[in-house]
Formats: sequence, C-alpha cells, structure tokens
Amino acid sequence: MTDRSFTEIKKRSGTIHLSERAWGYLFACPAFILVSLIALAPINAALWLSLRQQLPIFGIDEFVGARNYLQLLGDERFWAACRTTLYFTALSVSAELLLGFGFALLLNRLSDGAGRGLRWAHVMIILPWAIPTVVSAQIWAWLYQPDFGLLNYLLYAAGMTGGRIDWLADPDWAIHAAVVMDVWKTTPFAALLLLAGLKTVPQELYAAARVDGAGTWEQFRRITLPLLMPVVLIVLVFRTMDAIRVFDAVFVLTGGGPGNSTETLSIYAYKTLFQTLQFGYGSALATAMFVLAAVLSLLYLLLLRRHVQESG
Amino acid sequence: MRRSDDDQAGSTMMVWIRAHGFTACVLLFVGLFCLGPVLWQAVTSLKPDQDLVRLPPLIPERVTSVHYDRVLLQSSLPRSLANSMVVAASATVTAIVVGAFCAFALARLPIAGKSVILGVALVTSMFPPIAVISPLYLLMREFGLRDTLVAVGLTHAVYSLPLAVWLLTSFFQQLPKELYQAARIDGCTPVQALLTIMLPLARPGLAVAALLVFIYSWNEFMFALTLTASDTTRTAPVAVALFPGLYEIPWGDLAAASLVVTLPVAGLALAFQRHIIAGLTAGSVKG
Amino acid sequence: MAEVRIELIEKRIGQKIILHPITLTVHDGEFFVLVGPSGCGKSTLLSLLAGLDQPTAGRILFDGSDVTDLEPRERDVALVFQSYALYPHMTVRENMAFPLRVAPRAKRLERNRIEEEVQRVAGFLGLSALLDRRPRELSGGQRQRVALGRALIRKPRLFLLDEPLSNLDAQLRASMRAELLRLHKELKVTTIYVTHDQTEAMTLGDRLAALSQGRIQQIGRPHDIYAAPVNLFVAGFMGYPPMNLLSARLRNDGLQAGPLHLTRPSDAPTVDQEQIVTVGLRPEDVVVAPATDSGNEGAGFGIVRLTEPSGPTLWVTAELNDHSEVVTISGSAQAGFVPKIGERVAVSGPRATLHLFDPTTGQRLGAS
Repeated sequence: MTDRSFTEIKKRSGTIHLSERAWGYLFACPAFILVSLIALAPINAALWLSLRQQLPIFGIDEFVGARNYLQLLGDERFWAACRTTLYFTALSVSAELLLGFGFALLLNRLSDGAGRGLRWAHVMIILPWAIPTVVSAQIWAWLYQPDFGLLNYLLYAAGMTGGRIDWLADPDWAIHAAVVMDVWKTTPFAALLLLAGLKTVPQELYAAARVDGAGTWEQFRRITLPLLMPVVLIVLVFRTMDAIRVFDAVFVLTGGGPGNSTETLSIYAYKTLFQTLQFGYGSALATAMFVLAAVLSLLYLLLLRRHVQESG
Repeated sequence: MRRSDDDQAGSTMMVWIRAHGFTACVLLFVGLFCLGPVLWQAVTSLKPDQDLVRLPPLIPERVTSVHYDRVLLQSSLPRSLANSMVVAASATVTAIVVGAFCAFALARLPIAGKSVILGVALVTSMFPPIAVISPLYLLMREFGLRDTLVAVGLTHAVYSLPLAVWLLTSFFQQLPKELYQAARIDGCTPVQALLTIMLPLARPGLAVAALLVFIYSWNEFMFALTLTASDTTRTAPVAVALFPGLYEIPWGDLAAASLVVTLPVAGLALAFQRHIIAGLTAGSVKG
Repeated sequence: MAEVRIELIEKRIGQKIILHPITLTVHDGEFFVLVGPSGCGKSTLLSLLAGLDQPTAGRILFDGSDVTDLEPRERDVALVFQSYALYPHMTVRENMAFPLRVAPRAKRLERNRIEEEVQRVAGFLGLSALLDRRPRELSGGQRQRVALGRALIRKPRLFLLDEPLSNLDAQLRASMRAELLRLHKELKVTTIYVTHDQTEAMTLGDRLAALSQGRIQQIGRPHDIYAAPVNLFVAGFMGYPPMNLLSARLRNDGLQAGPLHLTRPSDAPTVDQEQIVTVGLRPEDVVVAPATDSGNEGAGFGIVRLTEPSGPTLWVTAELNDHSEVVTISGSAQAGFVPKIGERVAVSGPRATLHLFDPTTGQRLGAS
C-alpha cells in the first residue's frame, strides 16, 4: 500500500530522480574525465615510458624495467643537472624569502591615512608577478647584454667593475644571472603572502610585548616569526616546487649554457626528450624530478605539521 | 601662471613626502625594484636602432615608434596575440565551468572520496609538466589535435583546473549552507540551486579564479611551445621566446614585442589587483 | 496539508547516535512543537522531515505514503530557517516568487499568476511596500516575514520552522508569535516548529514533544506536560522560572525537604517510609512571606539571595539553612511584599502541587 503510493509520487514528480550523491558524481565527472585524460593518463604514460627504452629513430621500443633509473645513477650529466637545480632552488628560494620578508615588513609599516601608499605598492608589486616568464627572461637578457646592457653600464659608472662582463656566457655568472631574474620575478609573490600573513597578527600582541619590555628585534623573533611560520612554510613549498621545475626562465635566458653550466633537470629532460628523442630515459629523468620535488615538499609539510602541533 | 601651478603641485608633493617620508622611501625602493627593468624595456622599445648600441645617455634623445610598427604590422606577433587570446579565453571558460561544477560537488554534495579528489588535484599540479609533455603530445596527435589551439587551450584548462577547483571550493564553502538548503526546499534540483543561487553569489570567487586561470594560460610557455609547431598556432610567449633574429637579436623589436605581450595581463593584474591578491593569499594565510 | 508519521526514525553519524529510534505522529493541521536544549537532535529531526538529510533507519510517512527516499522538492514541504536564508542577490519579490519559478514545468504558474500570488502573500504579511528591496535593506522582523512568505507562497503540505524567532528582539518575538498563530489558524497547514525556548513551546503548540539527548522525553499538550512532567528532565526544562527540585524524605504525614515541611499529596504512591525522593515544586506555588508572619505550618526560614521582578510576580530565590543542609529554592513573593536581598523570609508551599520523582531513574512517581 505505502509502496504503491511511493512509486506514484515518484511518477508524479515526472523528473529524473537522482540522489544528491548521484548529482555530486555527475558534477564532478567532467573535471574527472578531463583530468584523467589530459593529466593522469599522460602521467601514467610517463611513468610507464620511464620503464622502457624508446628510441623512435632506431625503432627501438622495449621494456627495460629499472634500467633507465640505474643509468641515471651513473649519469654524470644528471648529477650535474641535479646540483644545478638544487643550487638554483636553494639560492633563489632563500633570496626570495628573505627579500619578500623584508618587503612585507616594510610595506606593513606603511601608514599614510587612507592606505594609499599600500595600494600603490600593491600595484607595483603585482607587475613582475603578472609578466610572462618568457618576457621577463627577455627583459633581463637585455639588461645583461655585455656590450650595451644597462647592468654593465651602471656597475661601470658606479666604479664597481672594470667594464665588460658577459653575464650569460660566463659559466660562473650565468646561473646567478638566472637566479637574479627569478628572484625579481617571484619575490612579489612571497611578499604578498607574507604581507597578508603579517596583517593577521593581532596588534595587541605587539602592544603587550612592548609593555613587557621587548625590543623590535625581540618582538620580531618572539611574535612575528612564530606566528608567520605557517605562511613561510607555504611560501617555501610553492616556491620550491616551482624552482625545481624551472624551465622557461633558464631556457630563454641561457638555453642551459654556457656548456651545461645552467642546465637544470627540466632542461636536461627537455633536451633528452625532444633533441635526442630518448623518450624512455627522458621520462625517467622527469620522474626523478617529481620524486625530488615530492620529497622536499613532504619534508616541508612535516615541518609545518610539527610546528602546528607545537603551537597548538 | 603655469609655473606657479607646477610649483604648487610640487609643493603639495613636498608636503606629502615630508609627512610620509618613510612611505615615500619604501615606495621608491619597491618601485625601482619592481618597475625598473620594465621601464628600461620601455625606453629600449622607443629608441632608434642606432641609439640602442650606445650608452650613455640613459634618457633617449630621440624617440621612435619604428619598433612597434615593425612588430605590430610586419611580424606574425598580432597573429600570436590573437592565438593567445583565443587559447586563454577558452581555457578560462572551460576551467571555470568544469571547475565550478566539481567545486560545488566537493563543497556541498555528499560524495565520497573528497580528500582523494583534492589529493589527485594536488599531485597533478605537482607533477613536472616536462614529464607529461611527450605522452601528451602523442595523445594530441592521436586526437588529430596536433598543432592546434584546441590542444593548447585544453591542456591549459586541465592544468589550471586544480587551482580553480581549490579556490572555488573554498568560495562555495564560505556561502551559508542554509542558502543551498533553502533552494532545495523551495523546489530546486541541485543544478537549479547551483545556477540560480550558488553561482550568482560566488561571482567574486569566479572572477578571481577566472583571472588567475587567464593569466596562467596567457603566460604558459612549455605546453604552448611543444604542442604548436607553426606561426599560425604559436602563442604570444612562444613568439617572444623564438623571436626571429637573422644575424643578431633585434633588441628594439623584442622590447616592443615584450611590452605588447605583457600589456593585456599587466592591465588585468592592475585593474583587478585587489581580487588577485585576495585569490593568491586565500587559504594560505587562513589555513 | 498532511498527517506526518515518523516511524522508528534513527540517525547516526559514524558511531555517534544523534537520534535514538523515534516514533511520532503529527495530526493533520496541527501546530506541533519540538522543544529541547541545543544538541538534543531536534534540528536533525527537522532536516530528516525536510529531506535535507537521510535517516539511518526508519521511515517517514506523509498521509500514509512513504517519503523517506524523496528529495526535498518532491516532498512539498516548506522550511523557515533560523538565519532566514533569504537569497541576498534577489529582491523580496524575487525571493518570494522563487519557489513558484523553480517548480517543475508541469506545475509552474504563468508569470502574471506568480505576480498575483506574490502580491496576495505580501499583502497578507504586510510586505507590499517592500517588494523591491533587497534582504540587506530590511529589518530583522521584515526578513522574518519574507522568509515566511517564501515558505507559504506555494501552500506546502507541511510547514517546518527552525527556531524562526530566535534572532528577533523580545518584543518582536512576542508579536511574531501571535502572528504565527494567526497564520496557522487561517491556513491550517500542518506545522512543526523547533525551538529551545520552552515559553514559545508552551504558548504556540497544540501539542509538543520535549527532546533530550536524541530521545523524546514526553509528548502531549502543553498544559498536560506542565501539569505532569514525566521525568526530571521535562520537569526542569518546562516552565519558567524552572521547577524547584529538592531531595526530600517521605514521612507519614508529609514530606521533609530540608527545613521545608510539605503536605503529602493524596495520590502520592505508597512507598516505604523514610524513602528519599526528588520533589518538584513550581516557583509560583511557593510563597515567600515576611519572616515575622510565620504562622504557616511547615514554613522554612531563609535569606533572600536574588529577586527578579517579572510583571505582577516578584520571583525570589532564597537560601534555607537548617543546620545540616542548605537548600536553595525559588518562589513568588506574597502580594505586596518586596523583600530585599539578605532579608530573612519565611518560605512555604501550602497549596503546592507536588511532583515526585525517583531520584535514581528520574521517572515520575505516582499518577500525576
């Protein structure tokens, strides 16, 4: 009896009867299909490729298991690329963090009535972030130009150098030139996040610390830094991920040269994949990169969790 | 008359600087750091070729539009700009539409495995793009999409989807749960509730997500480089990276091209600076 | 309009039991109140009735047909939220028209019919002048009316209200109560009203169910529940000021609660002498008189700790001290007597209705 009227109600409503859960899956479906097809499938294919030797030119395509990875271990160029990548990452991320922190602290001190100064600072600071990396690489390539670039001229005019330095062609300078460019481009991002973090620190804490006799440095060390730790770690995670994968900045600026002195893992992988067409070995390189990035960010996350537990 | 106006303007500025000396110094420093290289590029783009190879003077004595003429009228850059516009716009629309539905399901509907989905999104965005390039290239060839704008747009949409989903999910979660429930009680299907209630209320979030996706797509280089092969499909960043120079690099043209390519995103970033900062800092500061 | 039957409805989230199996019938056209402290499960029950949540077990029937698996939109219920949940991006008119606009195509009204309905309901609720405003331009009371209007416009079978008055100030709350009763009288829609405020429950409900810890403690008409609470929870929760609950010893002739001697009710259960019971006394039955005027038998003497004037009645909380134990009791001051804090007073319950409870199980002893 009740069952019949139940089905009647269903019929009467006359629309497709889906539970909320079913609607949910339906809504998530397009995203899932797209990501599976365009991202997950290629990722899987890359992992699979990394277990094969594929050299289309010679018609070679065979399963080799972990041989590519073993080959990596003995590949001097791989280790050099690793060193370059880590050097680039460590230098640029720490510089971005320090500089970004400095910017954020300065901007947090801005106080001219309506906050006009801060608005202007935001406008200026967002520009390097918004510029395409490729464009910023070209901008800096021009600044680094040895004969009539602005940098050499300014340094010479200030009496700091004897004259012409070929920044991008000198194996010692080239990687640092790339770091400077990367720092210029991404410091704003770090500064914006840190500034937003600073704004959330309750002002009463500083007042209380001043009453307790803490100086500026003590306030920074005991209040600002601990409270900002989560944001600092998030900046670290984001920036490290990006720095390890760095491609366009260095690729456009130096192309990996001179020699292989600025060849990061991405560039080595790119060359292996698209210049020597070793799909298997190139994929193994890329996977190694992913592992490196994942291990580092896992480390950061553990740090973050420990920090949250300690302060919570 | 005119002089005294200038004086007055000058003196109010002096007053402001004296009142906010610290602010002025900080702004000058930040401005020099952030804008200096770009300004130099602008100066370069206005110098005649023969002046480019001599320094000083820093301030150009003659100004010319020849580089802009060449870049805009004689090169394939306009085509690349149009391509970028098509790619970025379609990537944005795709990512926002697909992302909004997914984010809504994650935020308000009782589906299982939400953390798995968000985790997959995170891994996807962590995986180095270089690793997927070759399988992706083969896949696009399989679909007959090699060297098409569709391939680039679709790839950009998918790789910005994690960001869009994360952002939109948190925006939907900020809307009171009762609004969705009220819509359901009032007779909406979940689709109707999403379209008539949730989306209109999440407009600021949609705008932020759309801006970030657009800027990402406009600036993206590696996918655009490998998935396109000809002048007719090249996007603007690829065009700038592969700027043709027969014997030597045409620095003036390159500077003009750089600025032209930057203009749309810089404009967006400046116009919606507040939204973008809100979007960039969302979550990272609260959580 | 419908009769609502809840059969053994149970709700768990993981291992946590939100609602123990509940069975309950709400009659057609009744104004039924679910009352209980926050966290008692009353709002969960409302969500289950609305279809916003699914029960772990049991079923819900509207007029005999099972709606347990139906979507909210298929149940034809209306719900007024505590936060009103008005759509902020729509005008009052659009808010009220919304349920009609999204109705399934087959049942959808024409545009001008919808406008007529909006005008009718707006007139009914005194909202005609506000139709083009947005929710944020309205006062709390006006928002409340819009929420009611949006719920009423499609003449639902069942009208659910979730603490609809708790965001209003006291004066507005009283007038909205009257308004709700008027609406119910005119529309005769079966109404289920959730509140934590026992005053609302007493004044609004045809019948009410008191909930605590996921269980129904008592169902009945307000007066019956007030007159004969079935357990200590209901006794303490219903009525303001809350009932005095004192530990007392049964004697031949009466009850001794600390220094207070009370006449034993005629229908008191025959229990062993000297048994300890919990006795409940409504404050309105306890008389606080000047200490000199202590002719009454059984009066105890105490010190005034708190006075709380409430209209014609002056509530007094006094501390009775009987060497061995201290008893705190609230009562009403004798007419014309205004005691000061710290003053010595006589407290008695000469004509009090006594409620006896088993102190261990909390259940009511005896017939009434």
